[in-house]
Amino acid sequence: MAPMQLKAEILRRETLAPDLIRLTFLAPDLAAAARPGQFLMLRAGAVRDPLLRRPLSIHQITTSGWVQVLFKVVGQGTRLLAALAPGQTLDVVGPLGNHFALKSGGNLCLIGGGMGIAPLYFLARELQRRNPPERVVPLLGARTAKELRPLADDFVALGLEPRLATDDGTLGHHGLVIDHLSELLVSGKPWHIYTCGPYPMMRAVVKLCREQGWHCQVSLETMMACGISACLGCAIPAAQLDGPYKHVCKDGPVFGAEEVAWL
Amino acid sequence: MALSDLDLSCRIGALTLQNPVLTASGTFGYGREFESFVNLHRLGAVVVKGISLAPRRGNPPPRVVETACGMLNAIGLENVGVERFLAEKMDYLRGMRATVIVNILGDSVEEYAELAGLLDGVAGIAAIEVNISCPNVKKGGVAFGTDPKMAAAVTKAVKGATKLPVIIKLSPNVTDIALMAKAVEAAGADAVSLINTLLGMAIDIRSRRPRLANVVGGLSGPAIKPVALRMVWQVARAVQIPVIGIGGIATAEDALEFLIAGASAIEVGTANFINPRACEDILNGIGAYLEANKMTSVRELVGSLAV
Ligand SMILES: Cc1cc2nc3c(=O)[nH]c(=O)nc-3n(C[C@H](O)[C@H](O)[C@H](O)COP(=O)(O)OP(=O)(O)OC[C@H]3O[C@@H](n4cnc5c(N)ncnc54)[C@H](O)[C@@H]3O)c2cc1C
Ligand SMILES: Cc1cc2nc3c(=O)[nH]c(=O)nc-3n(C[C@H](O)[C@H](O)[C@H](O)COP(=O)(O)O)c2cc1C
Ligand code: FES
Repeated sequence: MAPMQLKAEILRRETLAPDLIRLTFLAPDLAAAARPGQFLMLRAGAVRDPLLRRPLSIHQITTSGWVQVLFKVVGQGTRLLAALAPGQTLDVVGPLGNHFALKSGGNLCLIGGGMGIAPLYFLARELQRRNPPERVVPLLGARTAKELRPLADDFVALGLEPRLATDDGTLGHHGLVIDHLSELLVSGKPWHIYTCGPYPMMRAVVKLCREQGWHCQVSLETMMACGISACLGCAIPAAQLDGPYKHVCKDGPVFGAEEVAWL
Repeated sequence: MALSDLDLSCRIGALTLQNPVLTASGTFGYGREFESFVNLHRLGAVVVKGISLAPRRGNPPPRVVETACGMLNAIGLENVGVERFLAEKMDYLRGMRATVIVNILGDSVEEYAELAGLLDGVAGIAAIEVNISCPNVKKGGVAFGTDPKMAAAVTKAVKGATKLPVIIKLSPNVTDIALMAKAVEAAGADAVSLINTLLGMAIDIRSRRPRLANVVGGLSGPAIKPVALRMVWQVARAVQIPVIGIGGIATAEDALEFLIAGASAIEVGTANFINPRACEDILNGIGAYLEANKMTSVRELVGSLAV
């Protein structure tokens, strides 16, 4: 589906936790075209600080044409997006990039850390339609309960049973989300893994998958100037280190773990 | 007056373009990337990503970083190489009836000439723009773009290898850009385009590391517009050949400033990343301005600066 550029009306702005924002906007054509794993390039208006659009994953879509993004306020771009109120317009380019391959059957595990959880919710909903709920296992981690609970609740509402971890131990396991991987190992079953989150987390997941021979899809981030494969700024090293670079906005953001270098 | 009654056409040497709005090389891919945003055949020309003889993989990441009202890039001239460009990219552009200008780069005078020869006579290619100024690749344009003799040598070699109009794209990283323009004019250039990016850098103070893996990169975007405009004005007064203005153009008003300063046409770069429809918006805005000011031809505007 070709990307589009549109102005969308903000329907709702929710502050799920301090600096954790969920924006809902109306964009029926976009909602109809969007696939889990794809992203949008967003701009709060005709501002020049920041100059460039900001990439955010598609967090959720509805059949009524609503689209949601979920993000952390970390700088000026996300601050301006967070300041948008219902009735105001959001400048959107998307949907962009490739998407997760949706599996039917097998044992599926979604591993998300921090804002990496944002695209995994859209993915979980699509997988849950195609698979029995006990076959879709989310492992979710964040810094603290305040951030994790609202996100985890949404996975529970889908009928899934997320295993949780927080850095400060305020919700679920006190430690890293990857500590839950031992549960997959003792199951003795082969797993198909989807993961998005901080690089060290994904690298650890990929390492385990390689050892176990499990298939693994990762969603990666880079700095992006355009998001539409025009600038070639989003290069990352491919698995074959001296080969051509991969471009996250075009070849990704979803990659098979074996396609890219893990440095 | 209807927009269609306006004469927006401009001349670049022997080449007549339907309007003065072009895309800047490296910011518009090979055109197709913008197919869902822009009617390619409406543009004055599509200037494609710089092409070299052999494919180039470019610089390691990070390659881009945002700076105040602009961005730095050190892409390192990643491109598919001339062979794949002709085999895989030109068919589409021909099919879209786009006017195509191919931007070329090389490591040596001979390489520039060889490239120009390979593009000569290829259906659908209207002109060649020669990047003698890219600051990103150590072996690349720097020497050509900062030395009048080398720039003239490249110009002469390219002119000798092709019948296509040749536009020399100048580097702003020089003391006297008018001198460079005169040197390439004397060597036979049909037009000059300017500016390429300004060499810059940015540092992460937490890690005390450069923000670009290449350490330095090219600054583009609205931040460079006043510098670009000044240089276009200086060059337009110094040479007889047409000047194409580039640098920070994001709106029709920006484009009009360059035309008034003496540019016969303009190229839109970084703005494409922010507003993928920027080129058409700018084109429409120029038309509206001419109409509002009761002008019938965009050429009335070119170089009309009252000082
Ligand atoms: C494909 C893709 C999908 C993304 N999806 C989401 C999402 O769903 N939710 C979410 O909260 N964030 C997401 N991000 C990250 C988000 O784009 C950045 O947090 C945002 O651009 C920061 O902009 P800013 O102006 O607020 O901060 P800036 O002032 O630009 O930066 C503030 C800090 O954030 C860091 N940063 C900036 N851009 C990025 C980036 N692209 N990746 C990692 N760190 C960055 C900077 O180095 C700096 O330390 C995604 C990024 C990509 C590439
Ligand atoms: C990401 C990027 C890649 C570029 N690649 C090229 C290139 O391959 N060849 C070239 O001649 N100029 C290249 N340029 C320079 C632009 O064509 C233009 O001269 C410059 O960006 C200034 O215009 P702007 O401020 O409108 O972007 C590139 C610029 C950017 C931002
Ligand atoms: S972000 Fe510009 S090419 Fe990927």
